[in-house]
Amino acid sequence: MTFDLLFYSSLILLAVGMVVKITQWFSYRIGIQTQNSTFSQRLGSSLKAIPGVIFSPKIGIILKVFILDVLLQYRILKEDILRWVMHMLIFWGFILLFFMHALETVVSDAILPGYFSTVNPYMFLRDFFGCMVLIGIAIAICRRLFLKVPRLSTNKCDVYAIFIVTTIIFSGIFLEGAKIISYTDFQNMEQDYSALEYKEDIFALEAYWVKHYGLVSPNIKGEISQEILSAGEELHNESCLDCHTKPQAAFTGYAVSRIMEPVGGLLDRMGFVTFLYYFHILACFIGLALLPFTKMLHIITTPVSLITGAIMQRDKSDPLNIATRQLIELDACVHCNTCSKTCSQASACDIKNNINILPSERMLSLRQYFKTNDLGSSQFMAIQEGIYLCSNCDRCTVVCPAGINLKELWYDVREDFIRSGEIITPLVLSPFSYNRTYNQDDFNATLSDMPARHAKGIIASKYKKKARSEEPLSLTDTDTEFNASKDHSLAEDTFSYCFSCENCTNVCPVVLNYEKPEEAVDLLPHQIMRSLGLGLKDLVLGSNMLWDCVTCYQCQEHCPQNVKVTDILYELKNEVAKDCFYSQKE
Amino acid sequence: MKKFALFIGCNIPAKVEQYETSARAVLKKLDIDIVDIKAFNCCGYPLKNTDQTAWLLSSARNIALAEQKGFEILTLCKCCFGSLKKANAVLNEDNNIKLEINKILEKEGLQYQGNSSISHYLSILHDDITIEDLNKKTIDHYNDLNIATHYGCHALRPSEIMKFDDPVSPTLFDNLVEVTGAKSIEWPSKLDCCGAPVLGINNDLSYDLTEKKLSNAKKAGADFICVACPWCYMQFDKIQGQIALKRSSEYNLPSILYTQLLGLRLGIGQKELGIQIPGNSDNEQVKQAFSKLFDTKEKKVKKKKTKKKTIKKKVEKKETQTSE
Repeated sequence: MTFDLLFYSSLILLAVGMVVKITQWFSYRIGIQTQNSTFSQRLGSSLKAIPGVIFSPKIGIILKVFILDVLLQYRILKEDILRWVMHMLIFWGFILLFFMHALETVVSDAILPGYFSTVNPYMFLRDFFGCMVLIGIAIAICRRLFLKVPRLSTNKCDVYAIFIVTTIIFSGIFLEGAKIISYTDFQNMEQDYSALEYKEDIFALEAYWVKHYGLVSPNIKGEISQEILSAGEELHNESCLDCHTKPQAAFTGYAVSRIMEPVGGLLDRMGFVTFLYYFHILACFIGLALLPFTKMLHIITTPVSLITGAIMQRDKSDPLNIATRQLIELDACVHCNTCSKTCSQASACDIKNNINILPSERMLSLRQYFKTNDLGSSQFMAIQEGIYLCSNCDRCTVVCPAGINLKELWYDVREDFIRSGEIITPLVLSPFSYNRTYNQDDFNATLSDMPARHAKGIIASKYKKKARSEEPLSLTDTDTEFNASKDHSLAEDTFSYCFSCENCTNVCPVVLNYEKPEEAVDLLPHQIMRSLGLGLKDLVLGSNMLWDCVTCYQCQEHCPQNVKVTDILYELKNEVAKDCFYSQKE
Repeated sequence: MKKFALFIGCNIPAKVEQYETSARAVLKKLDIDIVDIKAFNCCGYPLKNTDQTAWLLSSARNIALAEQKGFEILTLCKCCFGSLKKANAVLNEDNNIKLEINKILEKEGLQYQGNSSISHYLSILHDDITIEDLNKKTIDHYNDLNIATHYGCHALRPSEIMKFDDPVSPTLFDNLVEVTGAKSIEWPSKLDCCGAPVLGINNDLSYDLTEKKLSNAKKAGADFICVACPWCYMQFDKIQGQIALKRSSEYNLPSILYTQLLGLRLGIGQKELGIQIPGNSDNEQVKQAFSKLFDTKEKKVKKKKTKKKTIKKKVEKKETQTSE
């Protein structure tokens, strides 16, 4: 009765949770192509696509992915053997326990010959599978605590996942141990299966079970005579042997029973078996009910991600379905950190102090972002920086064991983050922007340098622009502090050697490109060097030349005075980035 | 022989895979052993505009990884080459930054020392293998192929740090092209920027610079523009296509990676080198250019000898220049 109540409530919670999750997958907006799609459109286009996949050669790909990547987890093996051993032990141990033990009335009774949970090989196998999971868990804990896996971080979702699986398995093992020593359980079994009439017979059987089956009985103390034992054995052979193997086969439960033996009688009288029973099933049901909202959801989402990733193509699949897949992928991420370990830009995280630079951490932030859609400007800025600080080497996508198409996710979400809102990262003014123009046809970006223009606008509004050509420059509002206050680098100091020969400007391919270069780039390279000497801070920092510089080093190469022109421009750009943009955080 | 760790960077595995495969095939043909260091990260080049410390850390980490294993870095990308080598110079000049960077690297058990050398692929071919040896290994010559060499800014300049070749009149790349029997043509703006660094920041400017180079090379009669850097390659390849669409100015000047150009004459297959002949191109010039890749003649022994001498002279000249 209680079991049914708990079981069905957890099933209902699971169903409700899954409905919530599925609704989210089909209704949250992600990327730029699906801005105005509705829940029904998204669901409709998925349902439309499914038959087309099932009745096509793609079914072969699905089978291959299911066997190789889901069942054998080949993608994990390719990256990390220890992690593969760990995950295979947990995955197969748990799956086999689930079907053989948890679903015994449905599965085992129907398909396994002569199934009894108390008979070998099943009694042994149950413990063996449990033991597999425990070894896997032990490796997982070791990896997180002792082995210094680069960039591996542990959050509360990871702790929960380890905790719930450990609790389920340990409570099961203790329950088994408590049952082995339980006198109450012995009495029940004796009544159910042998129903002996005489007290002496019961005593003999009891004695045999104490001696060979690990039972703790209040009636049996001290040495038992051989006679009683052989009488017990006879009775045992008659009524018990056929369906009860010696508990030593259940090696983990038996080991625990030996630990509990000294206090076995007391535990039994306190109803320890019942307590552990409810504890065990409650742990299982909690795990089941919370499945949609915990990391354990990956047992559903990760196979979906692996399979959809293998059969969907950006240029052929419906953009609505890609959006839905990307939302499922966010839930398929198990925070295993394989991507962050291989990320080309991971080291920037150590300088920038922004964990969103690491793809695995960014996944968590994005999950949060799509749920609430408003995380405050500083978190928005942090994710934007993280997602833009990406050299698009695609290494994360290649290694992701969950088959998440991270590359495409970054493409789409990046567009979301740069097109919405006023806040923009100075990184749009760096070669990180290259990829957006390079791939502009993929996300129909007509003006792919728009974010950079936006950033230049912010810079222009911050620094006063150069007065138009005819007007003489005013030297009265110069910033004498500007040069004195800064922590000068060796390169930057060299501007003072400039004697305005204009060699730098004459060899500059950017200057050469324009008929009226002053209008396009504001200050010509030699003018920047001179203005630095005069302390014309706004003029220098607000100049477009900084961002139009192609860093070809022609100017620096041709300077007769050894002014490090290009290096100075780099330093000025750094200063503008810090000055104009990071202050937006506050 | 030195031991090299191949540094492929970020763009090549994602966008110019054929550069990696062809570069490996050529090295194999020339019996040069290379190793891969899986932990290499970005050289830091794209970070320079906004945060030079982050760039230095990225570069230093790669160099430290190579140093730890006792390898020299061999880059395929000119910007990786420039970025790593420049970082090396900055870190060796400024002890404070070096200490700051090493403090961060220490967490990973790494240490930047700055003794390891960084070379570009072309330098290895030219200086370590030498033109003479390459000459011996080519199986035949291109019959009639005009190549416009594009040197790439970050390899040449700042020359006092890069020491790649003479920054004003370099010959290294031309020598390497001529070893295949192709003619390295003279063309204006040969040493100029390809436009890639400002793509995405100022597209018009980027397109202008690329267009100018394409137009100049075309006018000078090039069949191909030859590069040894993924950025330049992408610019002359896919971005040329964008320019053709957006500005309706078609140049139809295909680009080729040097490793592909050399690989063919070393007898490596077209497929292995990742050379894709644009099948649907109805442009006669493009078709003709690609057909010239397979129009070969026997090596002329006599001519080769005289050539060798001049090349030798050039190398000697260069050596005296650098030693000065």
